[in-house]
Amino acid sequence: MSKLVVTSIGPASSVQDGGRPGSQRYGLVPSGAMDRLALAAGNTLVGNELFAATVEIGPFGAVFTARGGAVRIALAGASRNADIAGRPVAIGSTATIADGEALTLGFARGGSFSYLAIEGGIAGEPDFGSLSVNARAGLGSPYPRPLQAGDELQASPASAAPERRIELPAATKAPIRVVWGPQDDEFADEAKKLFLDSEWKISATSDRMGYRLEGPVIKHLHGHNIVSDGTVNGSLQVPGNGQPIVLMPDRGTSGGYPKIATVISADFGRFAQTPAGRAFRFEAVSMAEAQLAARKFWELLRSLPDRLRPIESFDLNIDALQDANVAGQAVSAVDVATWQVASADVAGPD
Amino acid sequence: MAETLPPPRLLPPRLLQSGDSAITVEFSRNIDDAANRRVLALDAAMASAPVEGVTETVPTYRSLLVHYDPVRTSFEALGEQILALAKLPVPEATKTRRWRIPVVYGGEHGVDLEDVAKALKTTPDDIVARHAAGDYRVAMIGFTPGWSYLSGLSDSLQMPRRQNPRLLTPAGTVSIGGVQTGVQCLAGPSGWHLLGQTAVRTYQLHRDPTFLLEPGDAITFAPVDARTFAEQDRAAAAGEIVAELITS
Repeated sequence: MSKLVVTSIGPASSVQDGGRPGSQRYGLVPSGAMDRLALAAGNTLVGNELFAATVEIGPFGAVFTARGGAVRIALAGASRNADIAGRPVAIGSTATIADGEALTLGFARGGSFSYLAIEGGIAGEPDFGSLSVNARAGLGSPYPRPLQAGDELQASPASAAPERRIELPAATKAPIRVVWGPQDDEFADEAKKLFLDSEWKISATSDRMGYRLEGPVIKHLHGHNIVSDGTVNGSLQVPGNGQPIVLMPDRGTSGGYPKIATVISADFGRFAQTPAGRAFRFEAVSMAEAQLAARKFWELLRSLPDRLRPIESFDLNIDALQDANVAGQAVSAVDVATWQVASADVAGPD
Repeated sequence: MAETLPPPRLLPPRLLQSGDSAITVEFSRNIDDAANRRVLALDAAMASAPVEGVTETVPTYRSLLVHYDPVRTSFEALGEQILALAKLPVPEATKTRRWRIPVVYGGEHGVDLEDVAKALKTTPDDIVARHAAGDYRVAMIGFTPGWSYLSGLSDSLQMPRRQNPRLLTPAGTVSIGGVQTGVQCLAGPSGWHLLGQTAVRTYQLHRDPTFLLEPGDAITFAPVDARTFAEQDRAAAAGEIVAELITS
């Protein structure tokens, strides 16, 4: 059997799939991929089910080595330099790592998480139907913790399928959309206005449990203690210091701070990809708009198989090349890694 | 002849937006046993007659969080169905499960017992007696797997949470905070006062059942000595339930 050996890896990298919903009533949070579109894009590229287990790779680099045979993989999500034994690999495409070769990934650019999907999936023993790592609950397979150098992921032998890429909607830097509530009545109109009118940054101390936001102090009307109630991915809770924390897939299932708003599900992956320190804004939308966006997002996920394209011998993505140059950094058309952004990287749903 | 009082009129719960894929059905803003019973009744009603698009329900002290798929239903449509279900009378709790949970109080197992006794101007033994005499109910399970929040704490044991929450408290900790007491399963952060420790795993992977307690279960505590705790802890690690089911 082929396997992918973790030769080196940074923190915040773990096996993640669609998660394990269904036991939140017992305090067990679903976990799962931070960016479900990128998860699904990676899996679609190698012919896996949409939410099969992948390696979620945090902002730092990583090296994986194929042993015992070739391994076919796909990369999706945040852009980064990637090569197999010196051959560049574009984010948003498949590639085959021959036995003994290494896949080398650089730092994430313009996003935080990339997804390494393995053809045939990752072998493991699911708990509650999922391989996702939830270190606090001792869950996750093949390792119930973030990945470390020396770990081995069992893989299926690589097929001879032609390599391909996936075409996703262009990335957007539009504000992150939220709906108010469930406790926006704990905040004065001025506080809600300040929340929308301000630029925010994600603190470097953020993790899969929560993203801490840095910006103006959002004041409560009646103090910051409420009786704990349930949380969702994207709950924007405001603790005593007035600096919101957005709850992420490893959140506690209940929380005792007022939640001013909630990131809409269609924008959650894009929000999760926002790099620490980059300024962004929130925009409040109606429930009808949020639910329409959710349905469009699901349609996008369902359309992924139709978005696969063969990789031509000289497959130049003119739009991506122009975008990269317009963004102010001159890039080389022959070095794919300098401009290839046609990926799930911060792609919006619409 | 005394007139029969009409049943108290139930105010409809508030439907709060929790993003586009969940509704918080709020029965009260406070910790309130009557509201909690309505939460659990709505939860039971939704379990017995599944509603289109609902993927998961999460009862808490005062609200029911209803997760749903916005592709299959909408806030409006689901909200109406929930309000209709919330009008149903709250059934009498007919078959409550009652558990007796062994606890070793004080010492290394409950490092705050002496401080709590001082703060409440009594002895550690008296605190233990008061806590173990309580008749509790699982109001919610949340935060981390198996963390069971119990209602029914004696007024005489209520005190504010710690100024500085601890980053790590032991697995099995039995603690008090505000008007609540609780049993946590996993080691983790807590701002509550640690009175003791139980060998009972409210969550244990690959055990049947994985989750021992359900919201609504009745709980009493039985003090045990450190040696008994150690024996029970070994048995529990091997998969025994250790807690005693008194009625089911």
